[in-house]
Amino acid sequence: MELRPILSAMRRNKFGAVLIAVQMSVTLAFLVNSLSLIEQRLAHSARPTGVDEADLFVISTEPVDSLHDPAARESDDVAALRSLEGVTDAYATNDYPLAGGGMAMSVQLTPEQKVGSALTAYYFGDEHTLGTLGLKLIAGRNFTADEIATRTESDIGAISSVIVTKALADKVFPGGDALGKSIYMESDTKSVRIVGIVERMQTPFYGVTGVVSTFAENSTIAPYRYIDKYANYMVRAKPGQRDRVINAAEATLRQMDSERIITIKTLSQARTDAYRGDHGLVALLGAVCVALLAITAFGIVGLTSYWVSQRRRQIGIRRALGATRQAILRYFQTENLMIAAAGAAVGVMCAIALNLWMVRSFEVVRMDNSRALIGALIMLGLGQLAVLYPALRAASIPPALATRGG
Amino acid sequence: MFSYYIDLGLRSLRRNAVLTILLVTAIAVGIGASMTTLTVFRAMSGDPIPRKSARLFVPQIDSRGPGAGAEPTDDHLADRLTYIDAMALMKAHAAKRQTAIYASALALRPADPKEKPFRAHVRLIYADFFPMFDVPFLYGHPWSASQDENHEPVIVITRSLNDREFGGLNSVGKLLDLGGKSYTIVGVIDRWEPIPQFYDIGRTPFAGKDDVFMPFTHGIEQQIPIMGSTNCNSDVPVGFDARLNSDCIWGRFWVELPTPEDAAEYRTFLDNYASEQRRVGRYNWPARTQLRDVMTWLKYNHVVPGEVRILILVSFGFLLVCLLNAMGLMLAKLMGRAPDIGVRRALGASRAAIFWQCLVETGVVGLAGGLFGLVLTALGLWAARSLLPSDFIAVTHLDAADVLVALVLGIGSTIVAGLYPTWRASHVQPAWQLKAQ
Repeated sequence: MELRPILSAMRRNKFGAVLIAVQMSVTLAFLVNSLSLIEQRLAHSARPTGVDEADLFVISTEPVDSLHDPAARESDDVAALRSLEGVTDAYATNDYPLAGGGMAMSVQLTPEQKVGSALTAYYFGDEHTLGTLGLKLIAGRNFTADEIATRTESDIGAISSVIVTKALADKVFPGGDALGKSIYMESDTKSVRIVGIVERMQTPFYGVTGVVSTFAENSTIAPYRYIDKYANYMVRAKPGQRDRVINAAEATLRQMDSERIITIKTLSQARTDAYRGDHGLVALLGAVCVALLAITAFGIVGLTSYWVSQRRRQIGIRRALGATRQAILRYFQTENLMIAAAGAAVGVMCAIALNLWMVRSFEVVRMDNSRALIGALIMLGLGQLAVLYPALRAASIPPALATRGG
Repeated sequence: MFSYYIDLGLRSLRRNAVLTILLVTAIAVGIGASMTTLTVFRAMSGDPIPRKSARLFVPQIDSRGPGAGAEPTDDHLADRLTYIDAMALMKAHAAKRQTAIYASALALRPADPKEKPFRAHVRLIYADFFPMFDVPFLYGHPWSASQDENHEPVIVITRSLNDREFGGLNSVGKLLDLGGKSYTIVGVIDRWEPIPQFYDIGRTPFAGKDDVFMPFTHGIEQQIPIMGSTNCNSDVPVGFDARLNSDCIWGRFWVELPTPEDAAEYRTFLDNYASEQRRVGRYNWPARTQLRDVMTWLKYNHVVPGEVRILILVSFGFLLVCLLNAMGLMLAKLMGRAPDIGVRRALGASRAAIFWQCLVETGVVGLAGGLFGLVLTALGLWAARSLLPSDFIAVTHLDAADVLVALVLGIGSTIVAGLYPTWRASHVQPAWQLKAQ
């Protein structure tokens, strides 16, 4: 293919060619950054919590008047929930993954340590916790019934053990020898021993930025039986029976106290709520990306059609002088490829510059530069696709046009 | 002449329908996208209390010191106060008005025994809160300063709770059962939902909702649970009283300072207070203080999520692409009419006349794009409302200003984009065109 005629034709249509190239480079810059954000948010919202989300729900209850014996109420509730048909296990806790808010602690190796070795979410649980949540114990042991201490707002019992996630264990003890080690968490004076390590359990926080995003899988389960007026029970149903169990659980709790306030949330719902913002952003950015590509494609179709109509006579002459339809088609395809290549080259640089600027101003995670190259390929493909229709129209211009003179 | 140009513009719109539709759509889509995000942003970053935002301040004291417990705020200064500091500031009464604030929730037992009890959101405040924040009253009035001092079980309820519990009738003097205790209603506030909810920013600043306002002093006396974030440097205190006496931060604090001089005086007062606390040994570091007004406070708290800024950036990038696109199409459109223009020039039309004619034509395209863009904006807002969490998008709606902005943006940006093609069109050589024909 002879490039010289294309170049000299382009020189006569500088403005149009530059316009398409600039448009493609700006499109590329925003497309690539949007796609990178979409990719990051999808990955963020798809992170596993480590618990059996499909079968779990949390049932929260609160009495209208003050309780004279919240401990008894809680034991009764938990016993009633565990005895329901279709329930695998249940326990009372302060918090759960995807809840949004909760307790966080700083982990210290010595009482004197000023800056903690790691931050961790702080869950209360007992010997039923691992089974209820479906956590995978990869080292050590589960809690035993006799090491669970009672904890109320005004009285925190003494504990000597904790179960932590692998992420936390590796952070605090990079040597991989966390099991059996003593650390300081809630108390600066009384240490607790790591008796078990679970593979994964997310914190209740799910933000994509900020402090909470720096310890997403650092969780600790402290062996507390948490007694409070406001009670949260985690219940795991047998596979496929969750919705039926939810109704039964609510009816049972209501039977024990008809006036209590009960709220129920499945972990699936908690996930939907937690990531609604991320998914909304993904949908909106996705729509903008599609629109960007469409607009750019139509722009190319429009301008190329204009060029074709401007050059009808010249095309006719070329055909009359023996150029094949393929040659005409290839002419416009090559022309577009050259413009698109220039646009993509500038666009890749714009995309990276835009990303660097976004990282600095919007707490956006740095994108993988290979994404810009993929974007460049998309732009080249888009150009070829868009130019096809006007190019085919050009190729179908009859040679007779030249002889007719207009 | 202008109306003739408009007529010509409309005619030419019809003549090359495909190109016109492409052009108008390109402009409309760009305007739709950028107006949607701009409207969302405007709603989220608006001034929640325009008449007083420069006179209301949050005092901050570095009660946590440098090091381990450093705050996640931009300047690592605690964004809440300890109970000790909040009470000291209340007692000092150095501002015209002041209030400490905390959030809680209590079970509300409806008077009608057939209704199920539910959880009511309670905001614990001082009486100054109401005049400070210009809270409008539907019935009754705020409680008095002496009722604050006496920790009285009085409440002010919101209009929506009043509608729900009392059918919208005047409920002043009636009793409400909260957490198993009886409270006397002294006032009902009218609809008052500042957006964002600036006075006690929580996790969802655009969905913060109160049902009941209650004296702070009563809440402390009755140990009504403290909800919302609490940060402690050392061991977590056990029990309510221990929490009050601890170095944990959990309370919000606002002051009203009518003039800049008052604000300057209050800054000095805060500095003196912090130095005094250091002298008596509460802090062993130079305790910084800060005083931020409403808008500064919202910015400091990053109330507008980063996502919205990203969307704005992307949508304006999109508008840019749409305009570049429109520029190209406009060039094609105007140059396609070069023969016409040649004839007109030959018949005596001046370059300026052609220029103006083409400019009016681009304006017409821009107007059409702007109008269509408005429709797309309405659609975009609807999509945003259904896709994003409710606390993310406040009450966003299109108003007259938005319509105007969209049209001006449409016409203005199209004309700018059309300037070069218009200039090219007005420089068409009549002789060449006539010869070519």
